[in-house]
Amino acid sequence: MNDAFDIRGESHIEVHKFRGGAIIVATLLALVIQAALPVHFSKAAILDLPLLVTIYFGLSRRNPSTGLLLGMVIGLLQDSLSGPRVPLGLYGIAKTIIGYLASSIGARLDTEHPAARFALTAAFFVAHQGLMVLTRRILLAQQESWFNVHLFVAALVNAFVAVFLFLLLDRLRRN
Amino acid sequence: MVAIPSRHKSLVLLAGVIVLQVLMLAVQIKRDSEGRLIRVWTVGAVSPFERAGSSGFGWFRTTWRHYFALQNTTKENEQIRRENDALKLQISQLQGKAAEAERLAVLLNFRQSHAGVPMIAARVIGTGTASLTIQLDRGERDGIRKDMGVITPDGVVGKVVESYPNASQVLLLTDKESGVGAMLADSRTQSPVGGQGEPLLVMKYVPNDDTVNLGERVITSGMDRIFPRDLPVGTVAEIKSGNPFKQIRIKPAANLERLEEVLVLLSLRPLEMKNEENTGDAQPHAPGAANPPQAARR
Repeated sequence: MNDAFDIRGESHIEVHKFRGGAIIVATLLALVIQAALPVHFSKAAILDLPLLVTIYFGLSRRNPSTGLLLGMVIGLLQDSLSGPRVPLGLYGIAKTIIGYLASSIGARLDTEHPAARFALTAAFFVAHQGLMVLTRRILLAQQESWFNVHLFVAALVNAFVAVFLFLLLDRLRRN
Repeated sequence: MVAIPSRHKSLVLLAGVIVLQVLMLAVQIKRDSEGRLIRVWTVGAVSPFERAGSSGFGWFRTTWRHYFALQNTTKENEQIRRENDALKLQISQLQGKAAEAERLAVLLNFRQSHAGVPMIAARVIGTGTASLTIQLDRGERDGIRKDMGVITPDGVVGKVVESYPNASQVLLLTDKESGVGAMLADSRTQSPVGGQGEPLLVMKYVPNDDTVNLGERVITSGMDRIFPRDLPVGTVAEIKSGNPFKQIRIKPAANLERLEEVLVLLSLRPLEMKNEENTGDAQPHAPGAANPPQAARR
């Protein structure tokens, strides 16, 4: 049990630990697949695998500090791989906040049910896009639309993929 | 010192990390070169995996497509097909390799027909997630430098925006910040062509009284000093009147959504393409075709 839950009086929620190197391998795989997959399947660009990994480990580890730091690292790596037109910090800020929110919510709710995972991932995806637009508008002075049909579809697709991806990642847990 | 309650520590950490990244963003906006080192490290570490991933996905796609394509046959052939599935799977893999060889042959022919122009073939191993960029498997060690032009035999692709030791990143023509010096092949009217973050490009400065026809070819003018003159950029897909310029949308000649191999022009000086196919209606005698390119160099 984690001390954090004793503070909130929610000690019934389990903190999951993972096999050695599982988080690093999953993160690197997500980044590589995210970069390589759209070359051959252009429609795959709709997926944001690094975000799904951030959400999953945030929900599972249920430690806000770990969640936000993992989100920051994944976001900055994604920034680095997105070409020089994407400033370092664009994905970093958004994923830091998502990592924090996911681990905070994971500490309060049971997020093991597929329906909960679907709904949370869709909500986090929309929040992530909102944070990106906010950063672009306020810090980079770029005009971006807040909401469009593509975002809605992308949120549903990512949430759907997340349900199965999370089941796969559950196998990396240490019993 | 004021002690921070333990339950607020993560919130303080969050604020600190966000402020740090906002500052980093601010520094990058002021000085464009900041952050290059971390990019070099990251790209250097990840590009070998991307290369492997790209090959793996290529194999998977070829297998998937060709295998399931074989499912659409009649029932009477079902038994024969089952017996031959393994063989057909092998054939489909060979077909994928043959298609790849065909694409590479087109690149090679193009390169040989422009022997005076230094260029190198590169494979696309990744794409950018936010901007319209692709990542190539060749970089500084192969002579690729920032601002070099990238093409396919079909037409202009974009330009190199970052070069690393073993990889490079290319900004596609369709990106909002991308552009190429171009002209209409028939009227020789010159105007830059740029991207809008959409599949179609836009030609910005053609006066309303100039005649432009749907389907008219758009070629490079050489004015940007990146691309040699007379390379195909695209064809006119849409024309609307505007004030004071027409609103012309261009369909790119190169298939920018399905790039697998490209050619990088290994020169930062203006080049001249000796392509008989393209120069028929694009000789450098046109009005406004100023700044004739210098001789090609290797």
